[in-house]
Amino acid sequence: MSTTAVAEEHHGAPSGLKRWLFSTNHKDIGTMYLIFALVMMFTGGALAMLIRAELFMPGLQIMQPDIYNMILTDHALIMIFGAVMPAATGLANWMLPMMLGAPDMALPRLNNLSFWLLPAAAALLLTSMVLPFLPGGGAPVTTGWTLYPPLSVQSGMGMDFTIFAIHLLGASSILGSINIVVTILNMRAPGMTMMKMPMFAWCMLFTALLLIIVAPVLAGGVTMLLFDRHFGTSFFDAAGGGDPVLFQHLFWFFGHPEVYVMLLPAIGVLSMVIPTFSRKPLFGYKALVGGLIFLFSLSLIVWAHHQYTVGMSPLATEYFMIMTIVISIPVGLMILNFLMTMWRGAMTFETPMLYAISIVIMFSFAGVTGVMLAVVPADMEYHDTYFVVAHFHYALLPGALFGLFAGVFYWLPKWTGHMYDEKLGKIFFWWNIIGFNLTFFPQHFVGLAGMPRRIVDYSPQFAEINMLSSIGAFIFGTSHLLFLYIVIKCIRGGEKAGDMPWEGAKAGTTGLEWELPSPPPFHSYTTPPVVR
Amino acid sequence: MTSGDGHYYIPEGSPWPIVATLGVLLLTSGVALTVNDVGGGGLFIIIGLLTMIYLFYAWFSDVIHESMSGYYNEEVDRSFRQGMIWFIGSEVFFFMAFFGSLFYIRVISGPWLGGEGWLGLSNMLHEGFKFTWPLSIQPEDVAQAAGAPEKYMDVKEPMGAWGIPALNTLLLLSSGATVTWAHWGLKKRDNRQLVLGLILTVTLGLLFVAAQAYEYGHAYHELGLTLNSGIYGSLFFMLTGFHGFHVIIGATMLIVILLRAMKGHFSPEHHFAFEAVAWYWHFVDVVWLGLFTFVYLI
Repeated sequence: MSTTAVAEEHHGAPSGLKRWLFSTNHKDIGTMYLIFALVMMFTGGALAMLIRAELFMPGLQIMQPDIYNMILTDHALIMIFGAVMPAATGLANWMLPMMLGAPDMALPRLNNLSFWLLPAAAALLLTSMVLPFLPGGGAPVTTGWTLYPPLSVQSGMGMDFTIFAIHLLGASSILGSINIVVTILNMRAPGMTMMKMPMFAWCMLFTALLLIIVAPVLAGGVTMLLFDRHFGTSFFDAAGGGDPVLFQHLFWFFGHPEVYVMLLPAIGVLSMVIPTFSRKPLFGYKALVGGLIFLFSLSLIVWAHHQYTVGMSPLATEYFMIMTIVISIPVGLMILNFLMTMWRGAMTFETPMLYAISIVIMFSFAGVTGVMLAVVPADMEYHDTYFVVAHFHYALLPGALFGLFAGVFYWLPKWTGHMYDEKLGKIFFWWNIIGFNLTFFPQHFVGLAGMPRRIVDYSPQFAEINMLSSIGAFIFGTSHLLFLYIVIKCIRGGEKAGDMPWEGAKAGTTGLEWELPSPPPFHSYTTPPVVR
Repeated sequence: MTSGDGHYYIPEGSPWPIVATLGVLLLTSGVALTVNDVGGGGLFIIIGLLTMIYLFYAWFSDVIHESMSGYYNEEVDRSFRQGMIWFIGSEVFFFMAFFGSLFYIRVISGPWLGGEGWLGLSNMLHEGFKFTWPLSIQPEDVAQAAGAPEKYMDVKEPMGAWGIPALNTLLLLSSGATVTWAHWGLKKRDNRQLVLGLILTVTLGLLFVAAQAYEYGHAYHELGLTLNSGIYGSLFFMLTGFHGFHVIIGATMLIVILLRAMKGHFSPEHHFAFEAVAWYWHFVDVVWLGLFTFVYLI
């Protein structure tokens, strides 16, 4: 792939606060997304530490049950909507225009709006957390991130702030997704056909399409919740002819694709990282695109496997079971593609590659527990135990967060112009994944033994494993301070990075991002390059 | 970058996104405070609404100015078009949530509550309850001892399809035709036909809103059909309410387009704004057809 016109420096960056508040630049907005995600990750992480401190021993340690439930609710909401999704959008903002040879995102002002809605939503969410501690603030939100009625209809004022926070987060996701889709469909440089695009762009395309479809449904669902709470409707109340399970259907029609919204950006990063450090092109590009389309379609029609125990008709549960198990086909295809890319490659093991390999292993593990949970009779036993908690943390930390870490390490040299400290990176990797496995692997066993989730106390028979899990969590949690240090150190200086800091990147499925200098100029490609 | 030098136009830094954020933050927290009877919420709502009105005026003024200065090349135009299409797509899914709920209640959970189907045993909650659509007697009533306070009201008479709803269908369908006729006028540079078509469209849209408002009054005062009258009232007002809200937004956008058309802003080659609003209007039209069929007719 070669290009003619290279980027020309047009305008410098505007200076001062205005540069950030009024930004229309995809790199600045991408940076703001990533910083916001990092702040939210530490906030949600602090809540997780509180949860594990509480569960360190049986009995009540540091908080009351309703506060515990509020903290686990907000841990989930903050991590999903505040950390993982904005971080993925941040990567997309930074990389898509550079990869596709565009001057910026397609709709730059809208881009800024979709970012700034996030801090507003965070403010509403934090208000809902503070309210229970104020006089007259009402009961805390104790429903878990799923917000099931009737509990959510009965909750205090905090629930209304949570509902509006979800509205703003949804609006931000929809606007951001529209921007990503239009950028990919309309802003590609001449010659950059869809089938030449880096796999990361394909993954972000399907992520964005999923959000455009499912985020409005969640908005509709929580709006009905708001009306049931305050305007006398009976959507989720059987006494008025409604049905609480209706909310579960609406929520999981959003909630299940949401899992893929978090997973696909990580798959996209892996499709860039693994070829680079295996020094081989991505195995089965077309098959992977097909697999993505398959996964995209399936994810929209399997939602009720989260609700096996609420009493749907046997026909419905059977359908959802079979379709859920079918998901292992496209996911297996992705794993196979990654393994075959590595096969006989000249592999080296820099931090992004270490993450990539660990993700392939640990995410496959989550896939296996996922098949166990997909089977209706088995799920009847696993439902709402720590087995489920272990399963989805194995899916969402390797399948989303670690993929984002891999992406940050992979692209940091491009963004900053400096190499990060490889030695510290490796230390962080091992510290991080040992802590992670120590936290969540034992939870499979207490789950199988019957320890229920979302409850502040537990039977003394689970004490040892929970203490182990908590120790693991503290190891895992503190490791992220090193991550912060590595990132700051890399921004401030370090070994100079070339235009293509990873010599193996040439072999991968690259776009035009490596044609630009490191760090890239303020505006990426003012004149579109021509891809031959 | 400011000039129309053939490059893809990247706007200079703009204050509007952050003003929009402040506006919605004020508005949402104001509503959250007001519905919980906390003082000060009303003030938040008013300031938030005024901010949003000013914001839309200012943001669109910028866009119109840029468009009239010829900054937007074909590629920018395509971005706008695609953006609008995906936005309408997301709106479709917003309405799907409510239509889906309607189907779910009518086909699955309602009959179960009435004792049908294999899960009909939930009928023991409300013994003797029969599910009918439109649902007029609430499940809580049948099991309730005489004199207990009621949470949900009974519906005296369901909303009929013929009469005002049928007239409304006619109004909206004709408005779809008039906006297309206006588009034809625009394409053949007949500004008189364009303006007249738009005036007709706006008038028909506003007539629809007025008829709908009258119908709501009728429902509340004579039929006993309110937000509080069980799932039928909930779904009826949620679906028609959100649709009516979209009609009001659409009509407002049409008025803006009408004013711009009177100023001669549009040319046969360059009139994305007109088309975007026309698409939106047709979308609102199609939603109404779904509503008329599934909420009023059957």
